[in-house]
Amino acid sequence: MAIELKKEDIIEIVPTFRFQWEEVQNCYVVLYPEGMVKLSQSAGEIMKRIDGKKSIIDMIGDISAAFGGADVEKDVLEFLETANGNGWIRTK
Amino acid sequence: METVGLEQNNNTRPLWLLAELTYRCPLQCPYCSNPVEMAKYKNELTTEDWIRVMQQARKMGATQLGFSGGEPLVRKDLEDLIKEARHLGFYTNLITSGVGMDEARIVAFKEAGLDHIQISFQASNEELNNYIGKSKSFQHKYEMAKLVKRYEYPMVLNIVLHRKNVDQIRDILDMTVDLNADYVELASTQYYGWSRINIDQLLPTKEQLKNAELVAREYQQKMKDKMKVIYVIPDYFEDRPKKCMNGWGNIFLTIAPDGSALPCHAAGQLPGLEFPNVIDHDLEWIWDESPDFNKFRGTSWMKEPCKSCDEKHKDLGGCRCQAYMLTGDAANADPVCGKSEFHKKLHDDVEHIGKLAGDEKFEAKPLVFRNMKNSKNFTDKKTPETV
Repeated sequence: MAIELKKEDIIEIVPTFRFQWEEVQNCYVVLYPEGMVKLSQSAGEIMKRIDGKKSIIDMIGDISAAFGGADVEKDVLEFLETANGNGWIRTK
Repeated sequence: METVGLEQNNNTRPLWLLAELTYRCPLQCPYCSNPVEMAKYKNELTTEDWIRVMQQARKMGATQLGFSGGEPLVRKDLEDLIKEARHLGFYTNLITSGVGMDEARIVAFKEAGLDHIQISFQASNEELNNYIGKSKSFQHKYEMAKLVKRYEYPMVLNIVLHRKNVDQIRDILDMTVDLNADYVELASTQYYGWSRINIDQLLPTKEQLKNAELVAREYQQKMKDKMKVIYVIPDYFEDRPKKCMNGWGNIFLTIAPDGSALPCHAAGQLPGLEFPNVIDHDLEWIWDESPDFNKFRGTSWMKEPCKSCDEKHKDLGGCRCQAYMLTGDAANADPVCGKSEFHKKLHDDVEHIGKLAGDEKFEAKPLVFRNMKNSKNFTDKKTPETV
């Protein structure tokens, strides 16, 4: 069951999903039984930072720093909610 | 947007590689999607052939790889193929009956990097399951499904629905809940090949389908977030055709056991195809250049009523195999479409079977089981054995 995420939560990718870079498609993808979702560039940037060690708030800081201090909080939270709803991620 | 000529020719990529490793199978399901003439296919690709095919497909951008059959567990080199596939970056799916599996192999597959296992059940009770598959397999399947979850694979359970088991849909879904399936595919029988031969005994009635759909929706709601239930009604009961295989030569590539490349695993029955083989050609040529893969690609091959139809990009004219089987011409509109001149006949035939269903004499007609002997009889144009 997808639970509500809090900013202090440390999250990881659920092991029954696979996240990887696809050279031919030129994007990150999420793979699962008999299916694939292509991720936008920003979604890929978020997903690749999910490592089971960082909290959501750390990830937001990390992404913001990588993009010149941009305010990314809203976008990150929005995407994580979608990812959570799809069962791709869980809290540790 | 309109393109002229062989549209999409260079835009489509095979994302899905279905590797039919063998037509050998310990089960004999009378709705099998393998060709009725499977006995004609004598040779199987070697391990090295398959590895070359996987490398080429991966280079072209394929991400999903299904090991299928027949029963893929029959192949002794399955572990090696999984290992290589995973090494190449594929998401690897094993599509199996579970017969030929044991704990040691489940562990070996995990070590080789297998991502997902799909197990088929023929019914939710032992008697019907074993009758349909003509194999004492129910208990074994049940145990294997439990082990698959114990070893933390995502698990799909696939149950083909037809008139003889569709009324048990609630039991079937309860079984999948008990087994902790992540996904359940309730696949209505598609009437090609073996199931077309057995359509009188397999086609469900409208009432059965109505009930089944209600139960499926109930479990979709109830199990939301825990188990995804995929339920598709047979398109014979519809008015709009399905976008079969998501379009001919669009994302899907099947390699038959002997190396023939097909845009769909049922396309072997279509006349006028050359069946390019991976022994003679590389996948790039087969996908981009071969006449077969361009034959029904896009919309330029269409005739009326498809040609001027405003839904032609949505459904791409439906299923080519169904068009061929029911109208004699694979370039016709799929008769499921209400605009097809063959649509009425299809619905009349469906209704006719619906009326006879339940009649003792009609129901007593024996099934033609899928096995090499019956296949050989078909190939030699002899009467198949029904017992």
